[in-house]
Amino acid sequence: MSRGTLYDKVWDRHKVTTLPNGQDQLFVGLHLIHEVTSPQAFGMLQERGLEVARPDLTHATVDHIVPTANQDRPYADDAAERMMAELEENVRDAGIQFSDPTTGDQGIVHVIGPEQGITQPGKTIVCGDSHTSTHGAFGALAFGIGTSQIRDVLATQTIAMEKQKVRKIEVTGELDEGVEAKDIILEIIRRLGTEGGVGYVYEYAGETIENLDMEGRMSICNMSIEGGARAGYVNPDETTYEWLEGTDYFQEHPEKFEDLKPYWESIRSDDDAEYDDVVEIDASELDPVVTWGTTPGQGIGIDDPIPAPEDLPEDKQDTARRAQEHMRVEPGQSMEGYDIDVAFLGSCTNARMPDLRRAARIVKGRQVADDVRAFVVPGSQRVQRAAEEEGLKDIFEEAGFEWRNAGCSMCLGMNEDQLEGDEACASSSNRNFVGRQGSKDGRTVLMNPRMVAAAAITGEVADVRDLKEVALQ
Amino acid sequence: MSDATEDIPEVDYVEGTGIPIRGNDIDTDQIIPARFMKVVTFDGLGEFAFFDVRFDDDDNQKDHPMNEERFQDANVMVVNNNFGCGSSREHAPQALMRWGIDAIIGEGFAEIFAGNCLALGIPTVTADHETINALQQWVDDNPSKEIEVDVAAETVRYGGNEANVSVDDAQRQALVEGIWDTTALMKANRNAIEETAAQLPYLDQTRSDIEADD
Repeated sequence: MSRGTLYDKVWDRHKVTTLPNGQDQLFVGLHLIHEVTSPQAFGMLQERGLEVARPDLTHATVDHIVPTANQDRPYADDAAERMMAELEENVRDAGIQFSDPTTGDQGIVHVIGPEQGITQPGKTIVCGDSHTSTHGAFGALAFGIGTSQIRDVLATQTIAMEKQKVRKIEVTGELDEGVEAKDIILEIIRRLGTEGGVGYVYEYAGETIENLDMEGRMSICNMSIEGGARAGYVNPDETTYEWLEGTDYFQEHPEKFEDLKPYWESIRSDDDAEYDDVVEIDASELDPVVTWGTTPGQGIGIDDPIPAPEDLPEDKQDTARRAQEHMRVEPGQSMEGYDIDVAFLGSCTNARMPDLRRAARIVKGRQVADDVRAFVVPGSQRVQRAAEEEGLKDIFEEAGFEWRNAGCSMCLGMNEDQLEGDEACASSSNRNFVGRQGSKDGRTVLMNPRMVAAAAITGEVADVRDLKEVALQ
Repeated sequence: MSDATEDIPEVDYVEGTGIPIRGNDIDTDQIIPARFMKVVTFDGLGEFAFFDVRFDDDDNQKDHPMNEERFQDANVMVVNNNFGCGSSREHAPQALMRWGIDAIIGEGFAEIFAGNCLALGIPTVTADHETINALQQWVDDNPSKEIEVDVAAETVRYGGNEANVSVDDAQRQALVEGIWDTTALMKANRNAIEETAAQLPYLDQTRSDIEADD
């Protein structure tokens, strides 16, 4: 059993009681909702004659189905329009604040929470979306839930859960040029397995994590779930506080910042905290990581050979064989030179300002390869505006990228942005599952945003370190 | 109104014929592709379970256990490791439940998926690789014979065999005692909820009323 970790402390602060079934009942500090997983929960509430208990602690946005090209209402896709209309009605009836596209604050739910300052250290945060783990970057205890649990939270502002074990992942060493947070988390998942985190919460620590900006920390916490861990977090520090101070919430309530800082400090894991497991990763050895298969755990360094299934642990062999058949790759080859048809720069993993900025430095003055369709989908309307003001939009468009509006887009292919047929996609998103990007024959190669830029330019999976970066402005 | 008296069935025991779904890391995108989630209810999701591995582009059936006549009445699914990984979509267990699944036996389950199953009263019980392999093979050979999943005793019985399985403690208790629908249970703790909230430094304590609705 862990003791003295952020997880233990935040859990204890939010624990209401132990339920007769042995689970703990936890108070939820922030409930984020979106259009795909919430309508059925509102329906269940209505069936039971219940109301939303704490609309003031609930915040909505629209991201999964929202079109990223033409957003005129009604949406061209009837089903999308219906889902949006349903959400509008539900939030209006319950009095829930809604960052819809007319507010200028809309975006992917895991991008807007941190932007607005409602994501804070020491909060419990839930959302009907597995990438809710993203908010752990701020030292929040944040996890994805299903629709029946959304019903519970709407009705009671609490959730029934069992406490998990805590694994500390200590990352040290300086990152090589071209290597970033995305590569660290892909390596962690490769090493610990896609199921390695089941039953655990991941605490990311060590100098390499401490040196990351908040966006990098979010990229890492975001993909905790791809390693099986429902939540992941980084202890809050000066980098966290600096971000918070600039957000709407603390700009509007500057006194709260000083009021809350002692709480944030108090929930940091103690120096002598006890963990159920500790793993050490030397990040200085990492090259940019790309996936060769159909799970996020099937990653390799850009120069490394794709493993032969028979060289993998027995329980990974069958998945690897099927993955290699789907991706049409051979053991022994590297992924460098793998032809791509689409380059997607977006998603809650990698569509924030520094991600776009780094990619733009690769793209500037170059052209997207002839047979590649490339597009940028900013994580939020705020990211979009900031990028436009900074000239990034022009850089991408001049290179032949399409510049879109904010949303989840081709990360999961629920709007019109989808792979077609067996197209291969260099993607800054989080899942390379078969069918994930909208076509069941589509092939997804996960990588960091600069690597996506390099792939767009060269038309194939490429080592971004071979392309010179261009200074912006 | 109050739903505290709502009758929640006890799920201490499930019996029925089996269906083997083989492979590790079967994600919820496979169980229910995202395009079928553009709906505001869960009704009718059953026919789309595993759609893309069951049908080709022209909607012709592919080789898949769920397409086989002999498994059409199955209600106990036997799966391998890390089943239900990926997206938190409850649409996945909803689709399986609406197809006819009442219990799942596997080597391991992704956490959110298992939680979603519990919220629907579907047990997710685990056993080691050898036990699962043997059971999958037996189901293949005996599609019309019954499997008994004893949630309370943590055993699975089939064809004269009895295998020990594990059920997570809280899940077992919740299912066996019929306390897996937690809304009413938690709502009853209104005072304790308020007390917890009052101690949280980040909440605006000028607004402390948890709305009562009964």
